[in-house]
Amino acid sequence: MTSAIDITQSVKPPRAVFVNFPLGHQTGPPDQPELQRRIVSDAMRAFDAITAPGTIVELPYVWDANDRSWEDVDYTKGWMPARPSRDVADQLEAERQAKFRRG
Amino acid sequence: MPVAYIPRTRDLYSDFTPYRWVENDSAPFTPLTKPVAECRIALLSSGGIMHRDQPRFHREDASYRRIPIDARPDELSVWHFGYPTRDAERDVNCVFPLARMRELAATGVIGALVDPAFSFMGGIYSARKVRDELAPQIVDELKRAHADAFFLVPA
Repeated sequence: MTSAIDITQSVKPPRAVFVNFPLGHQTGPPDQPELQRRIVSDAMRAFDAITAPGTIVELPYVWDANDRSWEDVDYTKGWMPARPSRDVADQLEAERQAKFRRG
Repeated sequence: MPVAYIPRTRDLYSDFTPYRWVENDSAPFTPLTKPVAECRIALLSSGGIMHRDQPRFHREDASYRRIPIDARPDELSVWHFGYPTRDAERDVNCVFPLARMRELAATGVIGALVDPAFSFMGGIYSARKVRDELAPQIVDELKRAHADAFFLVPA
């Protein structure tokens, strides 16, 4: 699966399926199981369809038909949300692990 | 128009030496010997998915996690520094479509989903580390599980 077609063209995996979605959504937007299922199902069918090495199948799905501005900002400076500081991250991790030790 | 991520990476990390992307001359290819509806398919995501109290990923981490395919969404979490993980934290199927793959196995689109699924944190600077350390371990896992093919979802 890929949303970065230039990287995939450089790396050349055996087979690939491309969908033009922002990074972090290669198999679909959150909470849209029907669209996710179509994408993953298309990817599975590509196993049968692709017979030439390095073929990239492009899927027709559009992230937002009315607004393509994400293409201008994805993976540019200022686009990545700030990460929590190390102290806060360590605290969150301790809470995550404690949740499952209790569970 | 597809986004050109190689120049964007160069711009985003302009304070660093330009990243050297892997450039291969050809694609390796092993034809499948049977329809995907009869294949055992493994799910592999570089989105940084962890199950329950498995250790969190960290920068330059080339380890991987084994995720039971019956894992519930509330047992999974995400850590990756290189993409906004907010949507994947809300619905992990954005980058780790475990529920969708289970459905496709149940409806016969694929023969079976290999147990476990696998995840690593794909923000690994060293391509050599991935090629020589991480990938061979996952290949061994896939061979032991008699996988016919794997589905790699990046993030």
